[in-house]
Amino acid sequence: MAKVSFVVNGEARTLDLDTRTTLLDALREHLHLTGTKKGCDHGQCGACTVMVDGRRINSCLTLAVMHEGDDITTIEGLGTPQKLHPMQAAFVKHDGYQCGYCTPGQICSAVAALDEIKAGIPSHVSADLTAPPQLTAIELRERMSGNICRCGAYSNILDAIAEVAGRTS
Amino acid sequence: MKSFTYERAASPAEAAAAAARIAGAKFIAGGTNLLDLMKLEIETPAHLIDVNGLALDKIEATADGGLRIGALVRNTDLAADQRVRRDYGLLARALLAGASGQLRNKATTAGNLLQRTRCPYFYDTNQPCNKRKPGSGCAALGGFSRAHAVVGVSDACIAVYPSDMAVALMALDATVETVCADGTTRRIPIAQLYRLPGETPHVENVLESGELISAVSLPKPVGGAHIYRKVRDRASYAFALVSVGAIVQRDGTGRVALGGVAPKPWRVAAAEAELPRGAKAVTAALLADAKPTRENAFKLPLVERTLGAVLRDARA
Ligand SMILES: Cc1cc2nc3c(=O)[nH]c(=O)nc-3n(C[C@H](O)[C@H](O)[C@H](O)COP(=O)(O)OP(=O)(O)OC[C@H]3O[C@@H](n4cnc5c(N)ncnc54)[C@H](O)[C@@H]3O)c2cc1C
Ligand code: SF4
Ligand code: FES
Ligand code: FES
Repeated sequence: MAKVSFVVNGEARTLDLDTRTTLLDALREHLHLTGTKKGCDHGQCGACTVMVDGRRINSCLTLAVMHEGDDITTIEGLGTPQKLHPMQAAFVKHDGYQCGYCTPGQICSAVAALDEIKAGIPSHVSADLTAPPQLTAIELRERMSGNICRCGAYSNILDAIAEVAGRTS
Repeated sequence: MKSFTYERAASPAEAAAAAARIAGAKFIAGGTNLLDLMKLEIETPAHLIDVNGLALDKIEATADGGLRIGALVRNTDLAADQRVRRDYGLLARALLAGASGQLRNKATTAGNLLQRTRCPYFYDTNQPCNKRKPGSGCAALGGFSRAHAVVGVSDACIAVYPSDMAVALMALDATVETVCADGTTRRIPIAQLYRLPGETPHVENVLESGELISAVSLPKPVGGAHIYRKVRDRASYAFALVSVGAIVQRDGTGRVALGGVAPKPWRVAAAEAELPRGAKAVTAALLADAKPTRENAFKLPLVERTLGAVLRDARA
């Protein structure tokens, strides 16, 4: 067992955990924040995407004890049913899901991906490595490739993200 | 997952000493490969040494005009560094061709170098695998081997080494800097880091017990066109079937390294001498000793065509 303290959605939390507990299981099983989903548990689907210190990661491939002092944001921390985050609202508007299982991960990933473009981080499809990346549909697709949607809602997901990004795809 | 004890390392030297002293200890960095394998009990460390707190996350200019990349620099940050994008475009391109945005945010320079094979039989603990369980046999030989290696293989193992980043580092003549268990340091040219499988496919590199990678250094930029072309089963978020990393100068000379075809990033000096003569000649030299299986023989012409495309892009 080991003690770990971090901030989740603005709230300080301290947990006594088996060292084997992933951040994903700590969130779901110990803090009962079940918005974050477990798809593959092996980094292959993106359903478990959360933001740690503002960066998106797969919470299934990291140990909770490795996050001492970190600031974690899950889908529950982005917005509430009464006050949706613009990305959540856009997913609703554009029907960016079918079963909804991948959706929390898609939304967390999308919010962080737009921040990455803003921060000037290039991608595999950026034509010019030295120029700031563009907000194109092909950039958004590439940057969202770590989030699999078994229902195939990709085109609506892209529309939702593009709207928030400030352009229509 | 097997249970383990956990500590945060205080300094590189203490981390290395502890890793050599404590039976079954392993370093954990991003965790994106190690935890994956621990869940399947392919890796069963009794003790984890978390190296994330070691201040090894800087990218610094070196006295000889090169770059020194800390072992803990995240793949995203390395690919986004302005100096890397300008002077070592091949490295940025290779990093960005790997994994996903989420994974690159966690994956580290050292962890990426030491990631293990994606051979499906290595992952399936019901199958014989000499790499996972020495002496048990190799299920890939005579099994499904479409994604496996065509050169550098042995009768014991035909697994591919999967890193994209390492292909670029190979072409860039990078040097791996380490701290040993006794506190001494050493510098290992990346061309000497990996071992071919031979009879001992479970021994993958020359690092000794407890040896910690502290940094990877790059010599000063060599200019030229930097191209990384990765061929895979889907357009993103997939490992390479074949990848070609190249630096091509105006006069047609240059460097080439391959991914997806061998148990280590594959570079052959004699092949580079053939560059001005074109893809066919270079490929013949790169894959001179190839021993493909029936299922992966397609990789031979695929290398030639991918390299042909790279050389065309370089001239454009
Ligand atoms: C779904 C998926 C897709 C992927 N696709 C790709 C791809 O297309 N291309 C690609 O190249 N990679 C791909 N990867 C692999 C990914 O790049 C690696 O998992 C990652 O780079 C490993 O880095 P890490 O810091 O997380 O390593 P860890 O998992 O922390 O460690 C890996 C190994 O390195 C050792 N280690 C870590 N740091 C040190 C150190 N400082 N000194 C000595 N030893 C150390 C650990 O003990 C462990 O054995 C993919 C991974 C996943 C899960
Ligand atoms: S190819 Fe290597 S890793 Fe794969 S089953 Fe054979 S011995 Fe194991
Ligand atoms: S559950 Fe983490 S990536 Fe699938
Ligand atoms: S909406 Fe069902 S998996 Fe994406």
